Amino acid sequence: MRGLDQRGLMRAAWPAWLRRVVIWFLPLAFLAVFFFLPLVRILAFGLDLGAVSPGNLRIAFETLGFTIFQATASTLLTFLLGIPAAILFARYTFPGKSLLRAITALPFMLPTVVVAAGFSALLGPRGWLNLTLERLLGLPTPPILFTGTLGAILVAHVFYNTTIVIRLVGGALAALDPRLGQAASSLGASSRVTWWRVTVPLLRPALLAAALLVFLFDFTSFGVILLLGGPSFATLEVQIYVQALQMLDLPLAALLSLIQLLCTVAFSFLYTRLTARVRIQTAPRSLEVNTGRSWTLRQRWFVGSMVPALTAFFVLPLLALPLRSISRLDADRGERGYVRATLTTDYYSELFVNRRDSVFYVPPATAARNSLIYAMATVVLSLVMGFPAASALARPGRLERFLDPILILPLGASAVTLGLGFILAFGRWLASPWMVPIAHTLVALPFVIRTLQPALATVPQRLRQAAAALGASPFRVWQTVDFPILRRAVLSAAGFAFTISLGEFGATLVLSRPDYPTIPVAIYRFLAQPGGLNYGQAMAMATLLMVLTTAGILLIEKVRLPGMTEF
Amino acid sequence: MKQLLIACVLLLSACNARPAAPAALTVMTHDSFSISEGVLKTFETANNVTVTFVKSGDAGAALNKAILSSGSPLADVLYGVDNTFLTRALEAGIYESYASPALSGIPPEFQLDPGHFALPVDYGDVCVNYDKAYFSAHALTVPATLEDLSRPEYRGLLVTENPASSSPGLAFLLATVKHFGDPGYLGYWKDLRANGVVVVDGWETAYYTNFSGSSGRGPQPMVVSYATSPAAEVMFAESPLTDSPTASITGADTCFRQVEFVGILKGTTQPELARRFVDFMLSAGFQADVPAQMFVYPVLPGVALPSEFTKYAQVPAQPASLDPQAISAHRDDWIKAWTEAVLH
Amino acid sequence: MLELRDIHKSYEQQPLLRGISFRIAGSETVCLLGPSGSGKSTLLQIVAGLEFPESGSVLWDKVDLASTPPHLRDFGLVFQDYALFPHLDVYDNVAFGPRTKGWPPSRVAERVAEVLDLVNLNGFEHRSVTDLSGGEQQRVALARALAPQPRFLMFDEPLGALDRSLREQLLEELRAVLARTRIPSLYVTHDQDEAFAIGDRILILHEGRIFRQGTPESISADPGSAWLAEFLGLGNVIPGRMLAAHRVKTDFGTFALPCKHKHRPGEAVHVLARFRPVSRGALIRGVVRDVIFQQERYRVVLDNSLRVDLPREPRKGSRIAIQLRLECLGSDAAA
Repeated sequence: MRGLDQRGLMRAAWPAWLRRVVIWFLPLAFLAVFFFLPLVRILAFGLDLGAVSPGNLRIAFETLGFTIFQATASTLLTFLLGIPAAILFARYTFPGKSLLRAITALPFMLPTVVVAAGFSALLGPRGWLNLTLERLLGLPTPPILFTGTLGAILVAHVFYNTTIVIRLVGGALAALDPRLGQAASSLGASSRVTWWRVTVPLLRPALLAAALLVFLFDFTSFGVILLLGGPSFATLEVQIYVQALQMLDLPLAALLSLIQLLCTVAFSFLYTRLTARVRIQTAPRSLEVNTGRSWTLRQRWFVGSMVPALTAFFVLPLLALPLRSISRLDADRGERGYVRATLTTDYYSELFVNRRDSVFYVPPATAARNSLIYAMATVVLSLVMGFPAASALARPGRLERFLDPILILPLGASAVTLGLGFILAFGRWLASPWMVPIAHTLVALPFVIRTLQPALATVPQRLRQAAAALGASPFRVWQTVDFPILRRAVLSAAGFAFTISLGEFGATLVLSRPDYPTIPVAIYRFLAQPGGLNYGQAMAMATLLMVLTTAGILLIEKVRLPGMTEF
Repeated sequence: MKQLLIACVLLLSACNARPAAPAALTVMTHDSFSISEGVLKTFETANNVTVTFVKSGDAGAALNKAILSSGSPLADVLYGVDNTFLTRALEAGIYESYASPALSGIPPEFQLDPGHFALPVDYGDVCVNYDKAYFSAHALTVPATLEDLSRPEYRGLLVTENPASSSPGLAFLLATVKHFGDPGYLGYWKDLRANGVVVVDGWETAYYTNFSGSSGRGPQPMVVSYATSPAAEVMFAESPLTDSPTASITGADTCFRQVEFVGILKGTTQPELARRFVDFMLSAGFQADVPAQMFVYPVLPGVALPSEFTKYAQVPAQPASLDPQAISAHRDDWIKAWTEAVLH
Repeated sequence: MLELRDIHKSYEQQPLLRGISFRIAGSETVCLLGPSGSGKSTLLQIVAGLEFPESGSVLWDKVDLASTPPHLRDFGLVFQDYALFPHLDVYDNVAFGPRTKGWPPSRVAERVAEVLDLVNLNGFEHRSVTDLSGGEQQRVALARALAPQPRFLMFDEPLGALDRSLREQLLEELRAVLARTRIPSLYVTHDQDEAFAIGDRILILHEGRIFRQGTPESISADPGSAWLAEFLGLGNVIPGRMLAAHRVKTDFGTFALPCKHKHRPGEAVHVLARFRPVSRGALIRGVVRDVIFQQERYRVVLDNSLRVDLPREPRKGSRIAIQLRLECLGSDAAA
């Protein structure tokens, strides 16, 4: 906070260009060192004109075609679920709302292996849905084919990324003055017309930001493709991984990375162009509106169908994990419909035992502590970088319009390639525990900026001037005018950074030092070896992660400061 | 802000600063590496050294990272390169040669690098595992050879891994290359494909999602895994077992033998300590720790194995193996041709 | 004709509206006046169809509007904070209503020009609404509400955010516009000056009921209640006690007053003493404690806490004697 105080003072005393330099110094230096330097090093090292052969280009463009196709389809589907969900959370109150919203954020934090295990337990060939249908309908084979299909990829992407739409679009929607909608309807606009002609244009910045972030996540999808899509599907990122780390064909991997990067640049520039035209200042919304309102039949129907639908979609695939973590199955296996299960707490108690006396054993509390420390460090780092960048972007000049798309690039760059670049750029430093939150921050930063920027743009200039005219110091202005409006955005941004870190995005960038293992690392360790106990412990650890993160999210909601609107 | 940056830099460097004594040794490994605390302690106290392990992904990723950082290595010792990657590692010249005296006790069949840049540590066989309960419930004979797997009674019963992204998947592909020759293996794989072989990307998915014999209870009763997996099923059983629910098919060439190597990275600042660590990995103490920690066999003969190994893990009499140089020369082509034949 | 029948509504389990009924006919402008939190805005929302009553009905020309959604009611609405669409310019804001009605573009353009002319905003068509001053924004909001030719207009404290001089100016313009368009309207405010200036008829909302209604003149002339006299700031409200018929004892003396209702002797009543002295009334004496200059008069605060308006400034500390007209307010408690 002190840094911001100083920035406020600078506003008064320093020339504009110098102020911009100071604001941009930290985020740009961070990106230069931890993104552009390794990227340039690895591309310079790996790029080779010899790789531009017809065969390689065919691989590249086939993969690119599929990558763009599945990312587009996934993004559309994510919006199809995410927009009604955002409306639900922004406009309605119902029992269990906070919990349901926290649950929609869970997939984001769970390792893909665990999510895939959950989906398999539900929808796999021996998943309980298939088993139930087989038994009910007397079918000889599983009726639902899920694993290894394009559908599985799309569903998993929707499962993962809906929370982005809920948080970005829902946040903007909750901040929208409901009187605008009332004004529209008094002018004869039906709710549909109001939605398309008033709400959507006003939500455009949030919609575009959410679309870009979701699209880039799907575009660079890796784990979901490998684990649920199977070997017949490959995105650029999967292809880069195979070429760079399995085939050891670095030139082809570098070529593919360059294509992926150029696409990301194109998407971000498109995004910047689309958002540049709109600059909307809305007054901070008044509090009393829209709470405790009675509902029409249609609204009842909407809430009554959305809540169970969201619960089913987000809870059922995850439910298998806690259930499996407390059930012991028959010892003898074989393909049978009925499996006798008994309750057990063995997997949990076993977590506390270093049975093999391994150096790499980690007690669950330590793993949780490490995860939390990394997450907190990521929150601090990404807010320190993101806040100045977002406040500059909120009132963009030419410099900002140029920098805006650049800040998004880390999301779209190949993590595998960047990870290799890290080796060239940092050498042994790569094993430093500090590299973990730095790698997480690289992914979290675009989210933090996208979340803060609209809120910062919302701070009405008139309010600041009024406050300044009353003799308030820049810090007072910040404290009394900006901060109350920004609280929600800051907490929301912090939430993003927190979950991204817990989900270990960007983990492939660094070398993992076994002295500070996190919960996902522990889960992977259990799943890497055969044996029911290992499997059960992985499920127990995943359950702990779910419980921990749900509690964390609910806690963040509780510290919501007075005067904050319900979202 | 400047202070903050300086603080960051200081913290970063503090984390890297190594205390003068005891000495420090960094060992880069693949993610599956494990060692018991007691065994490591004996090395650390005997040599007054602190060993830091850096896990760098699977064997391919670890090797690649070592190659990229050759000259100023990320670590002093690299463990985890196997015979499928061996020649590639040797060609990249990442290792320093070290003819450890401990090599004398290790059978020559494992010493695939005559220049002693890479020294064998352990071996394991990638085999088809099967779900015993399934085969007895369906009164089905367990297939005995690779050829058997393409017979109609085993239609849709086998799950294997993509050799482009999985080490056991590649091993199984190599076994078929050894057995059927090039290009004979492609015909075999086309038969397998026609017989409904299921291919997934990684071992975790194959074993826990698709295999019916694991706790995941999937649909396929046969999976490409390790010969030690049945032993692990007993050691890590949910409730105590008197017999393993799974077993391996150990016919001629049905298993592929993987040998894992350790080597000193060129450019190390601790050559003496690195050598001692390599000696340690080949010593009886570490070798005896290998089975229970990593579920592979020690290369040193005469080391006592855990009882589960002797009871439930089978050692194939005639595992398939290929010359590392041949693997290195053809692996990309074999994988590409396989992808073309099986996936497209 | 708009008619409300026995509207009930509670807010957080507390009854807010407890049986509201009234009618608005012809080209009448009705002002709903009440203190903050009295449920005025909620009532307006109910009329607009944005909020539902727990019981009671809203009718237009005898047709119950319960099943008519807000956008089909054809009621214009003007908000205190304007609620202009920030993504549209002045023209598109004003054209919003006509366009949703599906008018052809030429007619839309014609109508936009017409209403912008009506609110004196010609030439503002392509200005961004966020760059306008508060008064200009409210004119745009009015033009926007008028543009689709609604059959009824509602104002929710439309001038509350503006400063005094601007408010008076806009009030005049609004009167002129309402007179020209002859659209019946309901105007909600907590400011009695505004209400008296704009309303053909005033409805006083108090404790969930229509407490009083009538023309501004009749309400001002005969508030009939201590609470209302205090709320409207009509004069000094003095507590007193009935002695016998038509005689009230106060701290300032005992006066003969005609009370409308029969009061028992000994009952507590209130007496209104208007600020402006009259030539023949009750004689009041006092020492000048404070003098506040107001336009064309001085408000004088006496030591007995009475306030009177004098045309000339008295000296502070001087003793004065004036005659005030006293009215019997009945027995309700003052606010």
